[in-house]
Order: sequence, then structure tokens, then C-alpha cells
Amino acid sequence: MSDLLEFKNVTKTYSHGLLSRVSTTALNNVSLKLETEQPTIMTVAGESGSGKTTLAMLLLGFIEPTSGQILYKGKNIHALRGEERMMFRREVQAVFQDPFAVLNPFYTVDHLLTVPIARFKLAKSKNEARDKMYEALTAVGLRPGDVLGRFPHQLSGGQRQRINVARALVLRPKLLVADEPVSMVDASLRANILETLRGLQKNYGVSIIYITHDLTTAYHIANSIVVLYRGAVMEAGAVDTVIKTPQHPYTRLLIDSIPWPDINRRWGETAIKVRESDLSDHPSVGCRFSSRCPLVMEKCKQSPPLFRLSEHQAASCYLYEQNPAIDPEKLSELLPV
Amino acid sequence: MTPVLQIKNLQVSYYTDAGRARALDGVDLTLTAGEKLGLVGESGSGKSTMALAMMRMIKPPGRIEGGQVIVDGTDLMTLSDQTMLKARLSKIAYIPQGAMNSLNPVTRIGAQMVDAIKAHDEGSSRADIDRRCKLALESVDLSSSVFKMYAHELSGGMKQRACIAISILLKPKVIIADEPTSALDVVTQRQVMETIDRVQKQIGAAVILIGHDMGLMAQFVDKVAVMYTGRIMELCSVRDMFTDPKHPYAQALIRSLPNLENKGVFNGIPGMAPALLQLPGGCAFHPRCSKVMENCKTQRPPSTTISGGRILECHLYSEKA
Amino acid sequence: MTTVSLAQPEIIQPSRLTLIFRYMRRNKGLAVGLFILLLLVIFTVYGTATADLKHAYPITVKSKQPPSWEFPLGTDFFGRDLYVAMVVGLKETALIGLLAGGLGTMVGVVLGFISAYFGGWLDMIIKGICQILTPIPALLIQIIIAGSLDKRDVTIYTMAFVVVLLAWMGPTLVIRAQVLTMKERQFVSVAKLSGMGDLGIIFSEILPNLLPFIAASFVNQVFYAVFASFYLAVLGLGPLREPLLGNTIWAAQGQSAFFNNWWWWPLFPALALVLVLGSLALINMGMDELANPRVRKTE
Repeated sequence: MSDLLEFKNVTKTYSHGLLSRVSTTALNNVSLKLETEQPTIMTVAGESGSGKTTLAMLLLGFIEPTSGQILYKGKNIHALRGEERMMFRREVQAVFQDPFAVLNPFYTVDHLLTVPIARFKLAKSKNEARDKMYEALTAVGLRPGDVLGRFPHQLSGGQRQRINVARALVLRPKLLVADEPVSMVDASLRANILETLRGLQKNYGVSIIYITHDLTTAYHIANSIVVLYRGAVMEAGAVDTVIKTPQHPYTRLLIDSIPWPDINRRWGETAIKVRESDLSDHPSVGCRFSSRCPLVMEKCKQSPPLFRLSEHQAASCYLYEQNPAIDPEKLSELLPV
Repeated sequence: MTPVLQIKNLQVSYYTDAGRARALDGVDLTLTAGEKLGLVGESGSGKSTMALAMMRMIKPPGRIEGGQVIVDGTDLMTLSDQTMLKARLSKIAYIPQGAMNSLNPVTRIGAQMVDAIKAHDEGSSRADIDRRCKLALESVDLSSSVFKMYAHELSGGMKQRACIAISILLKPKVIIADEPTSALDVVTQRQVMETIDRVQKQIGAAVILIGHDMGLMAQFVDKVAVMYTGRIMELCSVRDMFTDPKHPYAQALIRSLPNLENKGVFNGIPGMAPALLQLPGGCAFHPRCSKVMENCKTQRPPSTTISGGRILECHLYSEKA
Repeated sequence: MTTVSLAQPEIIQPSRLTLIFRYMRRNKGLAVGLFILLLLVIFTVYGTATADLKHAYPITVKSKQPPSWEFPLGTDFFGRDLYVAMVVGLKETALIGLLAGGLGTMVGVVLGFISAYFGGWLDMIIKGICQILTPIPALLIQIIIAGSLDKRDVTIYTMAFVVVLLAWMGPTLVIRAQVLTMKERQFVSVAKLSGMGDLGIIFSEILPNLLPFIAASFVNQVFYAVFASFYLAVLGLGPLREPLLGNTIWAAQGQSAFFNNWWWWPLFPALALVLVLGSLALINMGMDELANPRVRKTE
């Protein structure tokens, strides 16, 4: 029984500069595992620069890791060829953030659905293809007659994003990478789209990796969460536990800064110690958050390992060093399904 | 307390090949100094048009067709172009969405601030202007060294705060912030909003925050106005809006918000906002309203004020005036 | 989850023809250029169909005749009917223009695509060659090549070839730049996810979006080719037997036509030259506005 997808000690660094190579680490030694039989929704949360987009690109096979391996059903995705590669493509899909950018302005929106149906041979006839398209569009709350045959600029952002999700429905992948699928969509439509995504998991057994910076939506849709900051895992565990009782100072800052739509919950109980934007150099050794951490200690100059705090929560912070440390590879054991 | 901003019956239309779209259809609003109003609505509801209309920055094919925008006693709609130019930034300031991209990339921040002051105020000495600029920078928590920097040397949050600094240079009476934090991270967003809060208290301005993030409204504003297809459906205090919204649309919006209690429950609003070119008759929300009545389909509800200063456009309450 | 069906507003699409007319009203340069070109085309087609084309060549009619009913544009020293000569000349100019223009554009598209999409050392080579060849003064090289060819070898086809030789770099670089931006667009990523291979992406995703650029590039190349053929012919480097407009002017100048009071001989070709180049220039500028959205004036 091999896992669906596995990240093994994946690191991605970018370097530029001709004479003196300056390198930025987008992801630092991250390991993850997703199993086949239990479809789950995992959130990778982080702000910009956290490495979450890099993670998505690596998952989809668009970029290669600098070190480490990405395995799909036990095989390295960059070594796949032919039939197996098509299989990988078919089973790992994505929903992106910008509903307009994913549509080719030259074609009607049907193109987004007809191309994969044709390439992956999902239908044996034109009628069957049309039926599948109708079914998917209705499932996301659109009337097929209203959107098929139209050009992207003739539809609203919400409609376009729903079509994107419909595409995912038609493909029934095993793994769906949803990169900020609702951040460019009006608040009232978000609930619909998130519900559809969750339906995908419950009814069609699709595992979803939900990448976002918005913890409110993450809380609603995901089972487990991994919090990234500048390429490193800060905290991970069951989404309820981590969001309601965050342990890592960064997670606490994040949760605290969320403007909850709740009159009685005021943000800003944690003071922002150092303003992120005023820092010009970030620490390259040790804990990535140390320069902004209100509780920084001398030993933070060494990268802290992941300390297990309970069955479904771990944080990489020396505040918890009395707890047992776990290997990065074992990260997935924390995450409930 | 005399209101610092009064909008009466503002009407803006866009004339397109396919017809006339009423982007704003009779909007009324009042704000006193120091008050913060949140303007929420879906895209197409008219909130950005409102901001542009108040600044008289509507370009063809859009046209301001009627109404008054009275800031500190002066109706901006009656001013000549020249006078309006002066009024912008000195009486009413606008922080556009993605303001960080509206900073000039080839001039230093300080130079842009000085330009802004000079355009309005010929008299002051250079030293005086510089001092005012540096003070403004400090009030948004930026060090005065930013004065000499270029826009690309600053991060997103810093650029946004620089824009806020420019907007408060002439101590306007009204500041309009159009989704000032949409491109920013959650932590930076909090910083920027705290900054706006602080400078607003310092100069005693009224703030209109335009956005669709209800959470941000809950944390920041005093009053909330919910817009739909160019009309204000409900305007009330922020506490009332979150605890007891009365308009069916506002109720649906509040219900659709995710919070920590209702995990896994999704309450979307069925249907879609109509295109402005094809508005339903009567109340624009009636096709999606759970409490629709017969007269909602034919008659547009009048704007009614009920107890507690709440303003509603809904037939359920139009008799209780 | 219920779907409330609303009457979807009918998106009124004005007919294609209306859209074209509206655009013409805005882009007057393009409209005027196309109109003049249309007149020239009608003239050429009518002439080709009705006149005896042999009269475009020397010693076929009475020479040195001023314009009259029989010879609308007069005849020249060598006994050509200048009206027929103009018809044939315009036809051949069009041929050179389309040939050279088409060839240049095609080379540009192929090389541009390969260079941008596949990158690597292929890109470096192609880009390098383009950048090295571009500053070379084309006029000079063309004159040298055309001048050193045996007079009998110079035909309209060799002229077209000489013109293309130093013209293909422009389209290549422009198309390359466009493909470079296009391939980063998210719809290309989605196409990859949908199982499309590289060739499929090039032809079905990227190419259709580049059609305005390719069209603008083509018009540019045609303009340049016609212009080049003119100046080469005027310098006497064209296929001398053919009645190209430039050739006629060169011949007229060689026989001191104005001094001999044969004013009609160089005048009409010159006027035609102005019209042809003028209309192409207007169309070229108009196409730039069409293909480059930033230059486009908003409605």
C-alpha cells in the first residue's frame, strides 16, 4: 500500500547573481505524506513568502526540487514517462487563485472543460462529454446554458471560478491542489465554492491540499493544517487544535491578526514586536521567525526541531523542548484524516 | 454635531453599447468627524463607483447624474474643476486599491509628498514642507529615512503606509480607503489598519472603508452600509449589523460568514447578483430574497429610518417609518 | 444547495460588421489606408482583366505619346503603354510584397516560437544571430547583392529574396518576446495539467492569441518589402524589363524625361508610389494600434 503522494525532505532554493550567488530558500526540508484510502483535506497555511506557492508548483510537477524527492504512488514524479505520466497528470489537478488567468481569452469557456475530457479520454462520444460538462456545471450551481458558449470576459469572476471547480469535478482527480481558490471571489460566493470542494472530498474521495493565508476558511474546510513561515514548518496538527489553541508564537501572531467577523473578538491582543516590513535581512540560520519573535531566546540561533505537543499537534519552537522531538518525515503521523 | 460629510441622492450611470447601467441609484449618507463607516457589497454593488463619484473622478462613459456630496459645508458637485483639484487631498483624500502601485517609481517618496503639498499650498517654505512630510511619515510608523527612498525599496505594507501618509498631509476631513489592505498579508493588514485608525484619531477625520471583508469591518468601523446594485440596503451600527441585521440581504451576508462556532456549515446566498443592465423591477434583491412579498416585485422600497438611526430599504419595514 | 435560476441578462452582442465599422470610425488611419489600398487593388484587377498585358513591355506601341484617350497615362520612350505598365507594375509589386512579407513573417513565427518556447542554447543562438544582424545596414547589403547579380538573374523573385534576407529578424524578435510572456500565463499551466503536450500548447493555446501580432508583423513586412523593392528599382537594380514603378522612374530619369517634356512618364508612377506606400504606412500604423492593446485608445 503505497502513499498517494509523498514529499521526502524536499528543499527548494533559488539562486541568482552572477559573481556572488545569493540564494533564497523557498522550502526547507519539508516532508509530507498523503494516503490513498482516506481522502482528507489538508491546509498549508502561510503568508506570502512562506513557500506555499512553491509547494504547490512542486506538487504539480511544474518545478523540480533542489534536493529531496517527490513521489507519486511510490515513483519519482520527474522520472515518470508516457502512460504513467499521463496517469499522474490525470490524478493530480489544481484549482488556481485567479479565475480569469486560467481561461484562454481566445476560446469560449467550454475549452477549459473540453480539452481535458478529450486528452484524458473521459468520454466516448460528444454527447457523453456534454453530459459530463452539464453535470459538473450544475453541481457547482451554474446553469450550463448561461455559461457555455460564452467568452471569459463575458462572465463574472464568481462564475469563472465556479467553472474552474467544475473542471476539477469532471476530472475526478485523486489529489486536488487548491491554491487560494476563494481569495479573489466575493465573500457571499466563497461559501458555495468551499462547500463544493468539501463535497468533492466526501462524495468522490478526492484529497485536497488547500493552500491559503486565510485561516477562517481553512478552519471550515480542512481536517489538518501545516503552518509555513519562510519555507519552514512552524506548527502542524489537527486544524481545530491548532487554530483554537495555537502554540507556536508565529501561529499565535497569525491567529491574533485575523479580523474575525465577530464583534466580541478583538484582534491585536499580541503586540507585533518587530514590524516585518522594516526588516531588511532575515536570519539565514536558526529559527526563521526569531527576528520577529517576542519570546526569542539565545538558543533560537539553532533551527528548532519539531516537538510533539499532543497526539495531533506539533510546533517547532524551543519553548516546548521538554516534549519529544519528531523527525520531519514523521510529520504526517500528526495529521488526522 | 454637524456632519462633516453629507451625501444626498447621489446618482451615477454608465452608458455602454448595451444600455445604461445605473451604478449608483440614489445613495444617501451622513458622517460626523471621527466616525468610521464601512461600505460593503459584492463586486458590481457600486462601492468603488461611490468613492470615485465623491472624488469626482468618474470618467466617460460614466457620468454623475445628480445628487450632492457636501464635505464640511461645501458641495463638491458645484465646484469648478480647478477648485475641485484643490479640494482633493485637502478636503477629501482617497487611498485607492493597490495604492502601492500608484506611487511613482522614479521619484523618491519625499519628493512625491512635497509635490502633493506644493500643489495645494503655495505659501510654505521648503523647510516647513519637509518637516510636515516627515511628521506624516512618523505618524504612520515609518522612519523619516523613508523620505529619501524609492518605492521599490519598500515592502508592500510600507508602501501602503506611505500612501496613507500622503493622504493625510493636508489634514482632509474625509478619507476614503478603497480596499487598502487587499493585497497584504494578515499581519501587515493589521498594522496598516491600526495605522489608519491612529492617524484618523490624530487629525479627526471621518473614514470610509470600502471592502468586502466583513471581518475587517467588525474590527475597525463604527457603522456599516451594505450596498447592492447601486443602492444602500441597510445602514446601521456595526454592533447592530453583526448581532441583529434586519435587511434579508444583510442577514444572508452575515449568515454566510465563517466563524469559529459553526465549523463545516456553509450558508451561501443562492442565485447571483443581477447585471446592472438588467435589473429586476421593484426591489433589486427580490429574486433572491427569502422573505419576498408581492409588492417587492414592482415597487422599489423607499429609504426608511427606524429606531436607533438605522436606515433600511426594505418593504418589511417601510411602514414603520 | 439550491440554484435559483435568474433570467440571465441577454448579453447583446453587436454584429461583427457593426463592431468592425465602429472600430474603423475610431481608427481613421487604418480605415483610410485600407480604402486607398482597396482602390489600388480594384484598379489592378480591372486592368489585368481588360488590358493587353503585352503592351507593358517595350516596342509594343507608339512611343513618346502624351496622355490621351487611347493611352490614358501616355507612353514612354521605349514604346510601352504606361497605363498597362502601371497595372502590371502594381501587380508585381504586390507579388514581391506578399512573397517577401509572407516569407519574412513565416520565418519569424517559426524561429520566434522555437526560440521562446524551448529556450536554452537554441534560444541563445537564434537571439544572438538576430541581434548581430539587426544593426547591419540593410540598404547597403541589398544594393551590393543586387548590384553584383548578373542583370539577367534579377527577377522579381530574386528581389523578394534579397529583401527578406535582412528583414526576418524583426518578426522573430517580436514574436519571441510575445511567446515568452504567453508561455508564463496560467492558462498554459492549466493546459499542461489537462494533458496537453508542448506542440499542442504552441498551436492551440499560444498561437491563436498571437494572431493580431502576426498579422501586424505581416503588414509591417509587406510595407518594408514594397519599400525596399521601390528603392532598389529606382536605383536601377531591379529586373529592368519588368514595368515596376521604380524601374519606370529610373528609366524616365535616365532619358531626362522632364527636360524632354515627357512629364507624364515619371509623374504617374511617382503618384502611384506615394499612394501605395502611403496606404501601406497607414495600415501599418493602424495595425499597431490593433495589436498593441496599450496603444489602443479606450472606447
